[in-house]
Amino acid sequence: MQDLGDLDSLYRELILDHHRSPRNTEPLISPDVEVDAVNPFCGDEVKVQLKTSGGTLNGISVTGRGCSISQSSASMMGELVKGRSVEDAMRARRAFQALMKGEALTEDQLADLGDLEALQGVKRYPVRIKCALLAWSALEDALKRVRA
Amino acid sequence: MKTSRRGEIYDVMKVREDFPVLARKVNGHQLVYLDNAATSQKPRQVIAALVDYYERYNANVHRGVHTLSIEATDAYEEARAKVQKFINAPVPESVIWTRNTSESINLVAYAYARKHLKAGDEIVTTVMEHHSDLISWQQICKELGTRLRFIPRTEEGLIDLSTIDEIISARTKLVAVTHMSNVLGTIVPVREIAERAHAVGAVILVDGAQSVPHMPVDVQDLDCDFLAFSGHKMLGPTGIGVLYGKPEILEDMQPFMYGSDMILEVSYEGAKWNQLPYKFEAGTPNIADAIATGAAVDYLENLGMDAVWRHEQQLTAYALRRFAELENYRVVGPTDPSLRGGTISFTHDQVHPHDLGTALDRLGIAIRTGHHCAMPLVKSYGHAAVARASMYIYNHEGEIDHLIEGLKQAEGYFSHAGSRRS
Ligand SMILES: Cc1ncc(COP(=O)(O)O)c(C=O)c1O
Repeated sequence: MQDLGDLDSLYRELILDHHRSPRNTEPLISPDVEVDAVNPFCGDEVKVQLKTSGGTLNGISVTGRGCSISQSSASMMGELVKGRSVEDAMRARRAFQALMKGEALTEDQLADLGDLEALQGVKRYPVRIKCALLAWSALEDALKRVRA
Repeated sequence: MKTSRRGEIYDVMKVREDFPVLARKVNGHQLVYLDNAATSQKPRQVIAALVDYYERYNANVHRGVHTLSIEATDAYEEARAKVQKFINAPVPESVIWTRNTSESINLVAYAYARKHLKAGDEIVTTVMEHHSDLISWQQICKELGTRLRFIPRTEEGLIDLSTIDEIISARTKLVAVTHMSNVLGTIVPVREIAERAHAVGAVILVDGAQSVPHMPVDVQDLDCDFLAFSGHKMLGPTGIGVLYGKPEILEDMQPFMYGSDMILEVSYEGAKWNQLPYKFEAGTPNIADAIATGAAVDYLENLGMDAVWRHEQQLTAYALRRFAELENYRVVGPTDPSLRGGTISFTHDQVHPHDLGTALDRLGIAIRTGHHCAMPLVKSYGHAAVARASMYIYNHEGEIDHLIEGLKQAEGYFSHAGSRRS
Protein backbone atom coordinates (compact mmCIF):
# COMPACT_ATOMS: atom_id res chain seq x y z
CA MET A 1 0.00 0.00 0.00
CA GLN A 2 2.94 2.30 -0.52
CA ASP A 3 1.08 4.59 -2.91
CA LEU A 4 -1.73 5.21 -0.50
CA GLY A 5 0.55 5.55 2.49
CA ASP A 6 0.26 9.32 2.63
CA LEU A 7 -3.44 8.91 3.25
CA ASP A 8 -2.53 7.95 6.79
CA SER A 9 -2.42 11.62 7.75
CA LEU A 10 -6.09 11.82 6.82
CA TYR A 11 -7.39 8.43 7.82
CA ARG A 12 -5.94 8.03 11.30
CA GLU A 13 -6.74 4.72 12.92
CA LEU A 14 -8.96 6.40 15.48
CA ILE A 15 -11.11 7.76 12.64
CA LEU A 16 -11.59 4.39 11.03
CA ASP A 17 -12.33 2.88 14.40
CA HIS A 18 -15.11 5.39 15.11
CA HIS A 19 -16.41 4.84 11.58
CA ARG A 20 -16.52 1.07 12.00
CA SER A 21 -18.06 1.19 15.45
CA PRO A 22 -19.77 4.51 16.03
CA ARG A 23 -20.59 5.42 19.63
CA ASN A 24 -23.88 6.67 21.13
CA THR A 25 -26.07 5.42 18.32
CA GLU A 26 -28.93 4.25 20.54
CA PRO A 27 -31.93 6.50 19.73
CA LEU A 28 -33.29 8.47 22.71
CA ILE A 29 -36.83 7.63 23.77
CA SER A 30 -38.13 11.15 24.16
CA PRO A 31 -35.44 13.62 23.16
CA ASP A 32 -35.83 17.31 23.97
CA VAL A 33 -34.51 18.24 20.56
CA GLU A 34 -33.72 16.39 17.38
CA VAL A 35 -31.88 17.83 14.37
CA ASP A 36 -31.05 16.30 11.00
CA ALA A 37 -28.24 17.65 8.89
CA VAL A 38 -27.63 16.68 5.28
CA ASN A 39 -24.73 17.62 3.08
CA PRO A 40 -26.46 18.33 -0.23
CA PHE A 41 -23.27 17.74 -2.20
CA CYS A 42 -22.79 14.15 -1.15
CA GLY A 43 -25.97 13.09 0.61
CA ASP A 44 -24.22 12.36 3.92
CA GLU A 45 -26.61 12.48 6.85
CA VAL A 46 -26.30 12.98 10.60
CA LYS A 47 -29.08 12.99 13.17
CA VAL A 48 -28.46 14.44 16.64
CA GLN A 49 -30.87 13.92 19.54
CA LEU A 50 -30.36 15.64 22.88
CA LYS A 51 -31.77 15.41 26.35
CA THR A 52 -30.81 18.15 28.77
CA SER A 53 -31.42 19.10 32.32
CA GLY A 54 -30.09 22.13 34.11
CA GLY A 55 -27.86 23.10 31.18
CA THR A 56 -26.20 19.67 30.98
CA LEU A 57 -26.36 17.28 28.02
CA ASN A 58 -27.23 14.14 29.90
CA GLY A 59 -28.47 12.25 26.89
CA ILE A 60 -27.16 12.24 23.32
CA SER A 61 -27.71 10.04 20.32
CA VAL A 62 -25.78 10.52 17.10
CA THR A 63 -26.64 8.48 14.02
CA GLY A 64 -26.26 8.84 10.29
CA ARG A 65 -24.69 7.51 7.18
CA GLY A 66 -21.89 8.68 5.00
CA CYS A 67 -18.16 8.66 4.60
CA SER A 68 -15.65 7.80 7.31
CA ILE A 69 -14.85 11.46 7.92
CA SER A 70 -18.42 12.64 8.47
CA GLN A 71 -19.38 9.64 10.56
CA SER A 72 -16.26 9.46 12.71
CA SER A 73 -16.51 13.17 13.43
CA ALA A 74 -20.12 12.60 14.49
CA SER A 75 -19.22 9.69 16.75
CA MET A 76 -16.30 11.50 18.39
CA MET A 77 -18.44 14.57 18.88
CA GLY A 78 -21.07 12.57 20.75
CA GLU A 79 -18.43 11.04 22.99
CA LEU A 80 -16.94 14.43 23.71
CA VAL A 81 -20.03 16.40 24.62
CA LYS A 82 -21.97 13.67 26.45
CA GLY A 83 -22.52 14.70 30.05
CA ARG A 84 -20.99 18.12 29.47
CA SER A 85 -22.63 21.52 29.74
CA VAL A 86 -24.20 23.33 26.83
CA GLU A 87 -21.44 25.95 27.24
CA ASP A 88 -18.72 23.30 26.98
CA ALA A 89 -20.32 21.87 23.87
CA MET A 90 -20.48 25.30 22.24
CA ARG A 91 -16.85 25.88 23.09
CA ALA A 92 -15.86 22.53 21.61
CA ARG A 93 -17.72 23.39 18.44
CA ARG A 94 -15.83 26.66 18.09
CA ALA A 95 -12.53 24.91 18.75
CA PHE A 96 -13.25 22.20 16.18
CA GLN A 97 -14.24 24.73 13.58
CA ALA A 98 -11.00 26.62 14.21
CA LEU A 99 -9.08 23.36 13.84
CA MET A 100 -10.69 22.73 10.45
CA LYS A 101 -9.94 26.28 9.34
CA GLY A 102 -6.29 25.65 10.10
CA GLU A 103 -6.19 28.26 12.86
CA ALA A 104 -3.66 27.84 15.64
CA LEU A 105 -5.36 26.44 18.74
CA THR A 106 -4.45 27.16 22.32
CA GLU A 107 -3.48 24.28 24.63
CA ASP A 108 -6.85 24.61 26.30
CA GLN A 109 -8.70 24.44 23.02
CA LEU A 110 -6.81 21.32 21.96
CA ALA A 111 -7.53 19.71 25.31
CA ASP A 112 -11.21 20.56 24.78
CA LEU A 113 -11.24 18.47 21.63
CA GLY A 114 -10.00 15.13 22.94
CA ASP A 115 -10.01 12.43 20.24
CA LEU A 116 -11.21 14.90 17.64
CA GLU A 117 -7.67 16.09 17.28
CA ALA A 118 -7.27 12.97 15.09
CA LEU A 119 -9.27 14.78 12.42
CA GLN A 120 -6.55 17.43 12.05
CA GLY A 121 -5.42 15.91 8.75
CA VAL A 122 -8.75 16.80 7.15
CA LYS A 123 -7.75 20.44 6.86
CA ARG A 124 -5.30 19.44 4.13
CA TYR A 125 -8.22 18.09 2.08
CA PRO A 126 -10.44 21.16 1.70
CA VAL A 127 -13.28 19.30 -0.02
CA ARG A 128 -13.58 16.99 2.97
CA ILE A 129 -13.85 19.72 5.62
CA LYS A 130 -17.59 19.92 5.04
CA CYS A 131 -17.79 16.21 5.86
CA ALA A 132 -16.07 16.74 9.20
CA LEU A 133 -18.29 19.70 10.09
CA LEU A 134 -21.63 18.10 9.22
CA ALA A 135 -22.37 16.65 12.66
CA TRP A 136 -21.28 19.86 14.31
CA SER A 137 -23.73 21.94 12.37
CA ALA A 138 -26.48 19.60 13.59
CA LEU A 139 -25.21 19.93 17.16
CA GLU A 140 -25.07 23.69 16.90
CA ASP A 141 -28.69 23.82 15.73
CA ALA A 142 -29.72 21.48 18.49
CA LEU A 143 -27.93 23.52 21.15
CA LYS A 144 -29.53 26.71 19.94
CA ARG A 145 -32.92 25.10 20.28
CA VAL A 146 -32.11 23.84 23.75
CA ARG A 147 -31.28 27.37 24.78
CA ALA A 148 -34.31 28.92 23.14
CA MET B 1 -13.80 2.04 -40.47
CA LYS B 2 -10.17 1.08 -39.87
CA THR B 3 -8.91 -0.52 -36.71
CA SER B 4 -5.50 0.53 -35.43
CA ARG B 5 -2.64 -1.72 -34.42
CA ARG B 6 -3.88 -2.08 -30.85
CA GLY B 7 -7.29 -3.24 -31.96
CA GLU B 8 -8.65 0.25 -31.44
CA ILE B 9 -11.09 1.92 -33.75
CA TYR B 10 -8.87 4.99 -34.01
CA ASP B 11 -5.46 5.76 -32.59
CA VAL B 12 -6.32 6.74 -29.03
CA MET B 13 -2.70 7.63 -28.20
CA LYS B 14 -2.69 10.10 -31.05
CA VAL B 15 -5.98 11.59 -29.91
CA ARG B 16 -4.52 12.01 -26.42
CA GLU B 17 -1.74 14.19 -27.80
CA ASP B 18 -4.39 16.77 -28.67
CA PHE B 19 -5.39 17.15 -25.00
CA PRO B 20 -2.76 19.11 -23.08
CA VAL B 21 -4.25 18.41 -19.68
CA LEU B 22 -3.91 14.65 -20.11
CA ALA B 23 -0.14 15.02 -19.79
CA ARG B 24 -0.59 16.33 -16.27
CA LYS B 25 0.56 14.60 -13.14
CA VAL B 26 -1.70 14.59 -10.11
CA ASN B 27 -0.22 13.74 -6.72
CA GLY B 28 2.84 12.37 -8.49
CA HIS B 29 0.88 10.10 -10.83
CA GLN B 30 -0.11 10.37 -14.46
CA LEU B 31 -3.65 11.80 -14.54
CA VAL B 32 -6.35 9.25 -15.34
CA TYR B 33 -9.40 11.36 -16.11
CA LEU B 34 -12.61 9.38 -15.66
CA ASP B 35 -15.04 12.17 -14.82
CA ASN B 36 -16.20 12.85 -18.34
CA ALA B 37 -19.90 12.69 -17.55
CA ALA B 38 -19.34 15.82 -15.43
CA THR B 39 -17.31 17.59 -18.08
CA SER B 40 -14.91 16.54 -20.82
CA GLN B 41 -11.38 17.77 -21.40
CA LYS B 42 -10.70 20.12 -24.31
CA PRO B 43 -8.41 19.52 -27.30
CA ARG B 44 -5.92 22.12 -28.53
CA GLN B 45 -8.12 22.76 -31.54
CA VAL B 46 -10.95 24.01 -29.32
CA ILE B 47 -8.63 26.10 -27.16
CA ALA B 48 -7.06 27.52 -30.34
CA ALA B 49 -10.47 28.50 -31.70
CA LEU B 50 -11.11 30.54 -28.55
CA VAL B 51 -7.73 32.24 -28.69
CA ASP B 52 -8.04 32.87 -32.41
CA TYR B 53 -11.36 34.65 -31.96
CA TYR B 54 -10.08 36.86 -29.17
CA GLU B 55 -6.76 37.59 -30.86
CA ARG B 56 -7.89 38.11 -34.42
CA TYR B 57 -11.53 39.04 -34.85
CA ASN B 58 -13.16 39.78 -31.50
CA ALA B 59 -16.26 41.88 -32.23
CA ASN B 60 -19.95 41.85 -31.51
CA VAL B 61 -22.21 39.93 -33.86
CA HIS B 62 -25.16 40.96 -36.00
CA ARG B 63 -24.61 44.66 -35.44
CA GLY B 64 -21.64 45.98 -37.35
CA VAL B 65 -20.66 46.68 -40.90
CA HIS B 66 -16.97 46.52 -40.11
CA THR B 67 -14.76 43.60 -41.05
CA LEU B 68 -14.26 42.17 -37.56
CA SER B 69 -17.96 42.13 -36.85
CA ILE B 70 -18.68 40.46 -40.16
CA GLU B 71 -16.05 37.80 -39.49
CA ALA B 72 -17.34 37.20 -35.97
CA THR B 73 -20.92 36.92 -37.22
CA ASP B 74 -19.89 34.50 -39.95
CA ALA B 75 -17.96 32.30 -37.52
CA TYR B 76 -20.80 32.36 -34.98
CA GLU B 77 -23.36 31.34 -37.60
CA GLU B 78 -21.00 28.79 -39.12
CA ALA B 79 -20.73 27.12 -35.72
CA ARG B 80 -24.52 26.96 -35.56
CA ALA B 81 -24.58 25.30 -38.98
CA LYS B 82 -21.99 22.76 -37.79
CA VAL B 83 -24.16 21.86 -34.82
CA GLN B 84 -27.18 21.66 -37.13
CA LYS B 85 -25.43 19.09 -39.34
CA PHE B 86 -24.05 17.26 -36.30
CA ILE B 87 -27.53 16.48 -34.99
CA ASN B 88 -29.13 16.45 -38.46
CA ALA B 89 -31.47 19.33 -37.66
CA PRO B 90 -33.53 20.47 -40.67
CA VAL B 91 -32.46 24.14 -40.64
CA PRO B 92 -29.83 26.22 -38.81
CA GLU B 93 -32.46 28.39 -37.14
CA SER B 94 -33.75 25.37 -35.25
CA VAL B 95 -30.49 25.48 -33.25
CA ILE B 96 -30.59 27.98 -30.38
CA TRP B 97 -27.52 28.81 -28.32
CA THR B 98 -28.05 28.70 -24.58
CA ARG B 99 -25.72 28.46 -21.57
CA ASN B 100 -26.09 24.72 -20.97
CA THR B 101 -28.54 21.83 -20.91
CA SER B 102 -30.22 23.21 -17.82
CA GLU B 103 -30.99 26.51 -19.50
CA SER B 104 -32.24 24.74 -22.62
CA ILE B 105 -34.70 22.75 -20.53
CA ASN B 106 -35.76 25.84 -18.61
CA LEU B 107 -36.37 27.61 -21.89
CA VAL B 108 -38.85 24.90 -22.90
CA ALA B 109 -40.45 24.93 -19.45
CA TYR B 110 -40.95 28.69 -19.50
CA ALA B 111 -41.59 29.43 -23.14
CA TYR B 112 -43.45 26.27 -24.15
CA ALA B 113 -44.99 24.54 -21.13
CA ARG B 114 -46.30 27.67 -19.49
CA LYS B 115 -48.12 28.65 -22.66
CA HIS B 116 -49.41 25.28 -23.80
CA LEU B 117 -50.17 23.34 -20.60
CA LYS B 118 -52.97 23.81 -18.10
CA ALA B 119 -54.28 22.25 -14.89
CA GLY B 120 -55.19 18.60 -15.33
CA ASP B 121 -52.64 18.01 -18.11
CA GLU B 122 -49.81 15.59 -17.50
CA ILE B 123 -46.07 15.75 -18.00
CA VAL B 124 -44.23 12.44 -18.30
CA THR B 125 -40.59 11.87 -17.47
CA THR B 126 -38.50 8.90 -16.29
CA VAL B 127 -37.22 7.86 -12.87
CA MET B 128 -33.63 8.36 -14.06
CA GLU B 129 -33.56 12.06 -14.87
CA HIS B 130 -30.82 14.45 -13.88
CA HIS B 131 -32.17 17.12 -11.50
CA SER B 132 -32.03 19.50 -14.49
CA ASP B 133 -34.79 17.56 -16.19
CA LEU B 134 -36.81 16.94 -13.06
CA ILE B 135 -36.99 20.13 -11.05
CA SER B 136 -38.15 22.31 -13.95
CA TRP B 137 -41.14 20.02 -14.44
CA GLN B 138 -41.87 19.77 -10.73
CA GLN B 139 -42.00 23.56 -10.63
CA ILE B 140 -44.20 23.81 -13.72
CA CYS B 141 -46.57 21.30 -12.12
CA LYS B 142 -46.74 23.36 -8.92
CA GLU B 143 -47.41 26.48 -10.91
CA LEU B 144 -49.91 25.15 -13.45
CA GLY B 145 -51.55 22.32 -11.55
CA THR B 146 -50.29 19.74 -14.03
CA ARG B 147 -49.31 16.26 -12.87
CA LEU B 148 -45.86 14.71 -13.20
CA ARG B 149 -45.72 11.00 -14.04
CA PHE B 150 -42.76 8.68 -14.25
CA ILE B 151 -41.77 5.91 -16.59
CA PRO B 152 -40.29 3.27 -14.25
CA ARG B 153 -37.06 1.30 -14.48
CA THR B 154 -36.43 -2.40 -14.28
CA GLU B 155 -34.52 -3.84 -11.35
CA GLU B 156 -31.39 -3.84 -13.46
CA GLY B 157 -31.76 -0.20 -14.45
CA LEU B 158 -33.28 -0.35 -17.91
CA ILE B 159 -36.32 1.69 -18.88
CA ASP B 160 -39.49 -0.35 -18.41
CA LEU B 161 -41.83 0.34 -21.32
CA SER B 162 -44.44 -2.24 -20.34
CA THR B 163 -46.86 0.37 -18.96
CA ILE B 164 -46.00 3.17 -21.35
CA ASP B 165 -49.46 3.21 -22.97
CA GLU B 166 -51.04 3.81 -19.60
CA ILE B 167 -48.47 6.41 -18.47
CA ILE B 168 -48.46 8.40 -21.71
CA SER B 169 -52.15 9.02 -22.33
CA ALA B 170 -54.49 11.55 -23.87
CA ARG B 171 -53.83 13.74 -20.81
CA THR B 172 -50.09 13.87 -21.58
CA LYS B 173 -49.03 17.13 -23.17
CA LEU B 174 -45.28 16.98 -22.70
CA VAL B 175 -42.76 14.16 -22.35
CA ALA B 176 -39.24 14.93 -21.14
CA VAL B 177 -36.71 12.10 -21.01
CA THR B 178 -33.00 11.70 -20.83
CA HIS B 179 -31.31 9.91 -23.72
CA MET B 180 -28.65 8.38 -21.51
CA SER B 181 -28.63 8.22 -17.73
CA ASN B 182 -25.73 10.10 -16.19
CA VAL B 183 -25.71 7.61 -13.29
CA LEU B 184 -26.57 4.19 -14.72
CA GLY B 185 -25.31 4.74 -18.25
CA THR B 186 -28.64 3.31 -19.46
CA ILE B 187 -29.65 4.19 -22.98
CA VAL B 188 -33.29 5.26 -23.00
CA PRO B 189 -35.40 4.06 -25.97
CA VAL B 190 -36.25 7.58 -27.03
CA ARG B 191 -37.59 6.71 -30.46
CA GLU B 192 -40.26 4.40 -29.01
CA ILE B 193 -41.20 6.95 -26.38
CA ALA B 194 -41.41 9.69 -29.02
CA GLU B 195 -43.71 7.55 -31.10
CA ARG B 196 -46.07 7.05 -28.18
CA ALA B 197 -45.90 10.74 -27.25
CA HIS B 198 -46.82 11.80 -30.75
CA ALA B 199 -49.60 9.25 -30.96
CA VAL B 200 -51.35 11.08 -28.09
CA GLY B 201 -50.47 14.52 -29.44
CA ALA B 202 -47.78 15.37 -26.88
CA VAL B 203 -44.40 16.94 -27.61
CA ILE B 204 -41.18 15.29 -26.47
CA LEU B 205 -38.01 16.88 -25.15
CA VAL B 206 -34.86 14.79 -25.06
CA ASP B 207 -32.10 15.59 -22.57
CA GLY B 208 -29.10 14.77 -24.72
CA ALA B 209 -26.44 15.96 -22.27
CA GLN B 210 -25.00 12.44 -22.03
CA SER B 211 -25.83 11.13 -25.49
CA VAL B 212 -24.88 13.84 -27.98
CA PRO B 213 -21.19 13.77 -26.91
CA HIS B 214 -20.93 10.00 -27.21
CA MET B 215 -23.11 8.59 -29.99
CA PRO B 216 -24.60 9.65 -33.31
CA VAL B 217 -27.78 11.57 -32.51
CA ASP B 218 -30.16 12.44 -35.33
CA VAL B 219 -33.11 14.57 -34.28
CA GLN B 220 -35.12 13.70 -37.37
CA ASP B 221 -34.57 9.99 -36.90
CA LEU B 222 -35.48 10.20 -33.19
CA ASP B 223 -38.36 12.49 -34.14
CA CYS B 224 -37.92 14.53 -30.97
CA ASP B 225 -39.45 17.98 -30.74
CA PHE B 226 -36.70 19.39 -28.54
CA LEU B 227 -33.13 18.28 -27.81
CA ALA B 228 -31.03 19.88 -25.07
CA PHE B 229 -27.28 19.45 -24.61
CA SER B 230 -24.14 21.17 -23.31
CA GLY B 231 -20.93 22.11 -25.11
CA HIS B 232 -18.70 21.37 -22.15
CA LYS B 233 -19.42 17.64 -22.11
CA MET B 234 -18.46 17.26 -25.79
CA LEU B 235 -14.98 18.84 -25.90
CA GLY B 236 -16.35 22.37 -26.01
CA PRO B 237 -16.03 25.20 -23.48
CA THR B 238 -18.23 25.78 -20.46
CA GLY B 239 -20.99 28.36 -20.63
CA ILE B 240 -22.46 27.25 -23.94
CA GLY B 241 -25.31 24.87 -24.67
CA VAL B 242 -27.85 24.11 -27.33
CA LEU B 243 -31.58 23.80 -27.62
CA TYR B 244 -32.81 22.25 -30.81
CA GLY B 245 -36.51 22.66 -31.48
CA LYS B 246 -38.72 21.80 -34.43
CA PRO B 247 -39.03 25.11 -36.27
CA GLU B 248 -42.83 25.18 -36.32
CA ILE B 249 -42.95 24.65 -32.56
CA LEU B 250 -40.29 27.30 -31.88
CA GLU B 251 -42.18 29.74 -34.10
CA ASP B 252 -45.23 29.32 -31.94
CA MET B 253 -43.37 30.07 -28.69
CA GLN B 254 -42.94 33.37 -26.90
CA PRO B 255 -39.44 34.65 -26.12
CA PHE B 256 -37.87 33.45 -22.90
CA MET B 257 -35.81 36.55 -22.26
CA TYR B 258 -36.15 40.05 -23.52
CA GLY B 259 -33.54 42.50 -24.75
CA SER B 260 -31.47 43.36 -27.77
CA ASP B 261 -30.92 40.99 -30.68
CA MET B 262 -34.27 39.30 -30.08
CA ILE B 263 -36.33 42.15 -31.52
CA LEU B 264 -37.04 43.22 -35.07
CA GLU B 265 -38.61 46.59 -34.56
CA VAL B 266 -39.06 48.63 -31.42
CA SER B 267 -41.22 51.63 -30.65
CA TYR B 268 -41.75 53.30 -27.29
CA GLU B 269 -44.93 51.28 -26.94
CA GLY B 270 -43.83 47.81 -27.92
CA ALA B 271 -41.65 45.53 -30.00
CA LYS B 272 -41.89 42.94 -32.73
CA TRP B 273 -39.98 39.75 -32.07
CA ASN B 274 -37.09 38.83 -34.30
CA GLN B 275 -37.19 35.67 -36.38
CA LEU B 276 -35.73 32.33 -35.26
CA PRO B 277 -33.29 31.64 -33.73
CA TYR B 278 -32.65 35.22 -32.53
CA LYS B 279 -36.01 35.45 -30.81
CA PHE B 280 -34.46 33.22 -28.16
CA GLU B 281 -30.99 34.78 -28.03
CA ALA B 282 -31.46 38.04 -26.17
CA GLY B 283 -28.40 40.21 -25.67
CA THR B 284 -24.83 39.70 -26.81
CA PRO B 285 -24.45 35.94 -27.06
CA ASN B 286 -21.54 33.77 -25.95
CA ILE B 287 -19.75 34.29 -29.25
CA ALA B 288 -16.35 32.80 -28.44
CA ASP B 289 -17.71 29.65 -26.84
CA ALA B 290 -20.19 29.08 -29.65
CA ILE B 291 -17.37 29.30 -32.18
CA ALA B 292 -15.25 26.92 -30.10
CA THR B 293 -18.18 24.49 -29.90
CA GLY B 294 -18.06 24.48 -33.69
CA ALA B 295 -14.40 23.42 -33.39
CA ALA B 296 -15.41 20.68 -30.94
CA VAL B 297 -17.98 19.40 -33.44
CA ASP B 298 -15.30 19.39 -36.14
CA TYR B 299 -13.07 17.35 -33.87
CA LEU B 300 -15.76 14.77 -33.18
CA GLU B 301 -16.85 14.61 -36.83
CA ASN B 302 -13.26 14.04 -37.79
CA LEU B 303 -13.14 10.95 -35.60
CA GLY B 304 -16.67 10.06 -36.67
CA MET B 305 -19.43 9.62 -34.12
CA ASP B 306 -19.83 5.96 -35.11
CA ALA B 307 -16.19 5.43 -34.23
CA VAL B 308 -16.54 7.37 -30.97
CA TRP B 309 -19.49 5.25 -29.95
CA ARG B 310 -17.81 1.97 -30.95
CA HIS B 311 -14.68 2.94 -29.04
CA GLU B 312 -16.72 3.63 -25.90
CA GLN B 313 -18.71 0.45 -26.28
CA GLN B 314 -15.50 -1.59 -26.47
CA LEU B 315 -14.03 0.19 -23.50
CA THR B 316 -17.25 -0.18 -21.50
CA ALA B 317 -17.37 -3.90 -22.21
CA TYR B 318 -13.75 -4.18 -21.06
CA ALA B 319 -14.38 -2.16 -17.90
CA LEU B 320 -17.47 -4.19 -16.99
CA ARG B 321 -15.46 -7.41 -17.41
CA ARG B 322 -12.79 -6.02 -15.11
CA PHE B 323 -15.38 -4.87 -12.55
CA ALA B 324 -16.85 -8.37 -12.52
CA GLU B 325 -13.50 -9.65 -11.21
CA LEU B 326 -13.82 -7.50 -8.10
CA GLU B 327 -15.52 -9.29 -5.28
CA ASN B 328 -16.73 -6.43 -3.11
CA TYR B 329 -17.46 -3.79 -5.73
CA ARG B 330 -20.90 -3.70 -7.38
CA VAL B 331 -21.88 -1.95 -10.56
CA VAL B 332 -25.12 0.00 -10.22
CA GLY B 333 -26.92 -0.22 -13.55
CA PRO B 334 -27.19 -2.49 -16.58
CA THR B 335 -24.28 -4.83 -17.19
CA ASP B 336 -24.99 -5.58 -20.86
CA PRO B 337 -22.60 -3.20 -22.63
CA SER B 338 -24.83 -2.93 -25.69
CA LEU B 339 -27.62 -1.32 -23.63
CA ARG B 340 -25.49 1.34 -21.99
CA GLY B 341 -22.82 3.95 -22.38
CA GLY B 342 -19.44 4.34 -20.72
CA THR B 343 -20.66 5.85 -17.47
CA ILE B 344 -20.24 3.24 -14.76
CA SER B 345 -21.49 3.81 -11.23
CA PHE B 346 -20.43 1.45 -8.48
CA THR B 347 -20.25 0.94 -4.74
CA HIS B 348 -18.08 -1.04 -2.35
CA ASP B 349 -19.70 -3.18 0.30
CA GLN B 350 -17.92 -1.38 3.13
CA VAL B 351 -15.95 1.60 1.88
CA HIS B 352 -17.90 4.80 1.34
CA PRO B 353 -17.69 6.31 -2.19
CA HIS B 354 -16.15 9.51 -0.81
CA ASP B 355 -13.34 7.64 0.82
CA LEU B 356 -12.77 5.73 -2.44
CA GLY B 357 -12.71 9.01 -4.34
CA THR B 358 -10.12 10.52 -2.03
CA ALA B 359 -7.97 7.37 -2.22
CA LEU B 360 -8.13 7.24 -6.04
CA ASP B 361 -7.22 10.91 -6.23
CA ARG B 362 -3.99 10.13 -4.38
CA LEU B 363 -3.25 7.83 -7.33
CA GLY B 364 -4.07 10.52 -9.90
CA ILE B 365 -7.39 8.92 -10.84
CA ALA B 366 -10.31 11.36 -11.15
CA ILE B 367 -13.76 9.89 -10.58
CA ARG B 368 -16.87 11.48 -9.15
CA THR B 369 -18.71 10.46 -6.01
CA GLY B 370 -22.07 11.52 -4.64
CA HIS B 371 -25.65 11.50 -5.86
CA HIS B 372 -24.71 12.86 -9.30
CA CYS B 373 -27.67 15.24 -9.37
CA ALA B 374 -30.06 12.30 -9.43
CA MET B 375 -30.88 11.96 -5.76
CA PRO B 376 -34.17 10.02 -6.06
CA LEU B 377 -32.61 7.53 -8.48
CA VAL B 378 -29.56 6.87 -6.30
CA LYS B 379 -31.83 6.56 -3.27
CA SER B 380 -34.02 4.03 -5.10
CA TYR B 381 -30.99 1.75 -5.15
CA GLY B 382 -30.66 2.16 -1.40
CA HIS B 383 -27.64 4.48 -1.57
CA ALA B 384 -27.08 8.09 -0.63
CA ALA B 385 -23.99 8.21 -2.80
CA VAL B 386 -22.24 6.11 -5.43
CA ALA B 387 -18.85 6.34 -7.15
CA ARG B 388 -18.82 6.91 -10.89
CA ALA B 389 -16.18 6.42 -13.56
CA SER B 390 -17.13 7.85 -16.95
CA MET B 391 -15.19 7.52 -20.18
CA TYR B 392 -14.61 9.43 -23.34
CA ILE B 393 -12.74 9.36 -26.64
CA TYR B 394 -9.27 9.55 -25.08
CA ASN B 395 -9.60 6.86 -22.41
CA HIS B 396 -8.05 3.45 -23.00
CA GLU B 397 -7.81 0.01 -21.45
CA GLY B 398 -4.60 0.85 -19.64
CA GLU B 399 -6.49 3.51 -17.69
CA ILE B 400 -9.25 1.07 -16.82
CA ASP B 401 -6.52 -1.22 -15.49
CA HIS B 402 -5.23 1.67 -13.34
CA LEU B 403 -8.73 2.25 -12.04
CA ILE B 404 -9.23 -1.40 -11.13
CA GLU B 405 -5.79 -1.57 -9.52
CA GLY B 406 -6.57 1.63 -7.61
CA LEU B 407 -9.86 0.20 -6.39
CA LYS B 408 -8.08 -2.90 -5.15
CA GLN B 409 -5.53 -0.75 -3.36
CA ALA B 410 -8.21 1.40 -1.80
CA GLU B 411 -10.05 -1.66 -0.58
CA GLY B 412 -6.84 -3.02 0.90
CA TYR B 413 -6.05 0.28 2.52
CA PHE B 414 -9.38 0.63 4.26
CA SER B 415 -9.74 -3.00 5.29
CA HIS B 416 -6.17 -3.38 6.59
CA ALA B 417 -6.32 -0.05 8.28
CA GLY B 418 -7.15 -1.77 11.54
CA SER B 419 -3.61 -3.10 11.80
CA ARG B 420 -1.98 0.32 11.41
CA ARG B 421 -0.67 2.41 14.23
CA SER B 422 -2.54 5.62 14.73
C1 LIG C 1 -28.33 13.87 -18.14
C2 LIG C 1 -27.93 15.27 -17.80
N1 LIG C 1 -28.81 16.27 -17.93
C3 LIG C 1 -28.50 17.53 -17.64
C4 LIG C 1 -27.27 17.87 -17.18
C5 LIG C 1 -26.99 19.30 -16.84
O1 LIG C 1 -26.05 19.83 -17.69
P1 LIG C 1 -25.51 21.31 -17.42
O2 LIG C 1 -24.97 21.30 -16.04
O3 LIG C 1 -24.45 21.50 -18.46
O4 LIG C 1 -26.67 22.22 -17.57
C6 LIG C 1 -26.31 16.88 -17.03
C7 LIG C 1 -24.95 17.22 -16.54
O5 LIG C 1 -24.50 17.00 -15.48
C8 LIG C 1 -26.65 15.55 -17.32
O6 LIG C 1 -25.77 14.57 -17.15
